[in-house]
Amino acid sequence: MNARTTRVLQCSAVLVAAGLVLTACGSSDDSNSSGQSKSPSFSGRGPITYVAAKDSSGVTEKVIDTWNKQHPKEKVTFVALPGDPDSQRQQMIQNAQTKSDAYTVLSLDVVWSSEFAAHQWIDQLPTAQFPLGKMLKPTVETGKYRDNLYAVPASSDGGMLYYRSDLLKKAGVSTPPTTWAQMQAACAKVKKLPEAKDMSCYAGQFQKYEGLTVNFAEAVNSAGGVITDAGGKPDVDTPAAKKGLDFLVDSLKDGTIPKEAVTYQEEDGRQAFQNGKLVFLRNWPYVYSLAEKSKVGGKFAVAPLPGLDGAGSSSLGGHNVALSSFAKNKATALDFMKFFTSQETATTFLEDASMAPPYESLYDDRALVKQYPYLPVLKKSILNAAPRPRVVQYGDASSAIQQQAYAALTGEKSSAQALKDLQADLQKLSAQ
Amino acid sequence: MATRTPPETAAKRPPRPAAGRAGRPPAPEKARRGRKPATAGTGRMAALLVSPTLLVLTVVVLYPTLMALQESLYGTKGLDPKTGFISDTEPFVGLKNYADIFGQAGDRFWNAFFNTTFFTVVTVGLETVIGVIMALIMHKAFSGRALVRASILIPWAVPTAISGLLWRWIFNSDGIANSLIGHQILWTTEGFHAKVAVIIAEVWKTAPFIGLLVLAGLQVIPKEVYEAARMDGASPVRQFCHITLPLVKPALLVAVLFRCLDALRMFDLPYILIGAQKNSVETLSMLAQNEASNVRFGPAAAYAVLLFVYVLLIALGFVRLLGADLVGDAGGPRRAKRRSLLRRTPALTAEVPA
Repeated sequence: MNARTTRVLQCSAVLVAAGLVLTACGSSDDSNSSGQSKSPSFSGRGPITYVAAKDSSGVTEKVIDTWNKQHPKEKVTFVALPGDPDSQRQQMIQNAQTKSDAYTVLSLDVVWSSEFAAHQWIDQLPTAQFPLGKMLKPTVETGKYRDNLYAVPASSDGGMLYYRSDLLKKAGVSTPPTTWAQMQAACAKVKKLPEAKDMSCYAGQFQKYEGLTVNFAEAVNSAGGVITDAGGKPDVDTPAAKKGLDFLVDSLKDGTIPKEAVTYQEEDGRQAFQNGKLVFLRNWPYVYSLAEKSKVGGKFAVAPLPGLDGAGSSSLGGHNVALSSFAKNKATALDFMKFFTSQETATTFLEDASMAPPYESLYDDRALVKQYPYLPVLKKSILNAAPRPRVVQYGDASSAIQQQAYAALTGEKSSAQALKDLQADLQKLSAQ
Repeated sequence: MATRTPPETAAKRPPRPAAGRAGRPPAPEKARRGRKPATAGTGRMAALLVSPTLLVLTVVVLYPTLMALQESLYGTKGLDPKTGFISDTEPFVGLKNYADIFGQAGDRFWNAFFNTTFFTVVTVGLETVIGVIMALIMHKAFSGRALVRASILIPWAVPTAISGLLWRWIFNSDGIANSLIGHQILWTTEGFHAKVAVIIAEVWKTAPFIGLLVLAGLQVIPKEVYEAARMDGASPVRQFCHITLPLVKPALLVAVLFRCLDALRMFDLPYILIGAQKNSVETLSMLAQNEASNVRFGPAAAYAVLLFVYVLLIALGFVRLLGADLVGDAGGPRRAKRRSLLRRTPALTAEVPA
């Protein structure tokens, strides 16, 4: 074991050196495209910190303990932040504003990458040193800013369609719907059953908060639209996007989505589904094990999200690890990041805390699939996923989306008007 | 910060009200001593004794305020489209952040300004009425009084964030509020009902505060006054209007002032109960917090400064219009009590995001 560790260390030292040479060459070659004037040098070894949301499962501590046992001179301290993402982001920004070296490796929500990279709060990372090829491509994309890697996926997440398999079977629907129209047809059949008389068809997260951005983006992407195009320019005032938004607006109007769903966050929807009020629910994988223990345990299954003309597209969740620009001991930090994003660590997180891994092969692992039957569906969901708009001012973009989508859902604006206003808002943001 | 005004004003103007007030037990001892020229020795001693407080106030109040004022003159860092990086320095924009509230982008500010004012007026008004009623009930001697007193005061003891969560359950789409009124209102969606939800929760929580202060005021009214009134055949209503209310007025005014200052910087309740970025309930504090969290410290500081000025004006207006004795010329125990309340305020206002 010890010999292996030293070898790993030696190898990684060589890799670090190689990486440095590569990045040095790279930045001198195409400094006009990357624009990075200071090429990050990952030097210095010693104690570092890992900064993330507090972890009630205790797996993070376990993983860090493993590292600390192998590297007694390069100990990692876990700095636990509050569970609420906004406060995590706040504290990390405060740390960056004061240029403090208290935080070394940061656990970033996938949507923060652009903002942190553009402010140069995190360092550009050497692509060659991480097994990005083995990871699901959409997850890797979330760590990039202007085609440079700034954060490495540690976990992923995607939306899935939870459905009441017992009722669908009873109503004679054999396969889960892949389009919205099929879903509505299935609902109509289910609602003819006496026990499903008072049920509503579908719900997601439509309260005015980040969840609405996720659900709106999914509806637009599932109808073939985009919020920002490949170049990052807003392009949401399109017929395809309108079809997506119209699905939500019309469903709320005709009762496919119950009207109280505009107050739903993840947990409200889960409660409604578990209390037998919903036939279909869009939610994250964490719901699976909780619902298994509830009244609907054994009576539901999951499927990829439906779309307009075929399979829908999920928004991506999950966390990436990044390296604070103001940190010390960056060589240790880089090693720790490699360790923390390794397939082994990802397996531990999946087994012990049911966190979706970025590694493709784990989704096909038989033992794991037995433990988490939803893994194949989740894999499809993540592979089909579109990242939420990758803009520097993500907070503002998300607010604008929430504002307009909410106005459309509550009937304050027509969906055409809302999309037109959203396009204008996003354009104003990207002009800044 | 704003609530620093009362002590300051107190220092500046104690003699006048003391002289002009009639029918008041004279408290001239202190006032007169203040007017006498102090000897050099006592002056130095006083300066020495006051200096730790001044030092602390400078560090926790004055310095942040000045920094906020300075920050409010700077704009948002720009993005260099070529490199894709945000510039390191904030551009100096002068008073643009303030001028912006009169332009297109000002809608959100004025909406927040209106909400803040609306919440303050309505909640403080309701709280005053309910608080006085609570105080009268708590003041009555009857069996089980201790229990009633305790139960009235419980909401005040609950932290605002927790009460926000409690009320969010109550106002849930399947919550108690809806099943009581028998039809479904989606309280946490945009609209006037969201304002109503905030007002109900806020009044529930802070009416006991006014009740508590008014109760303290009631307890120092001598019983003899009521006995005399009864002898003269005054009805209970007359007794309340002509004895209780005038005599409890100083305490009530202090309570209302504190509630106003508190309500003007309302943040946690609407934030937790209804949610961030809801136009119906967004207050100035929430707006400043939102700007700051989107890394626009300049506008955030400008909003915070504007809120500070607004609070300062209201506090000044209160002191000028509604009774100069608010800041205490009366001697004895009442003065001591007010002092202790005033001392609490820096801690309270320190929460204002600036």
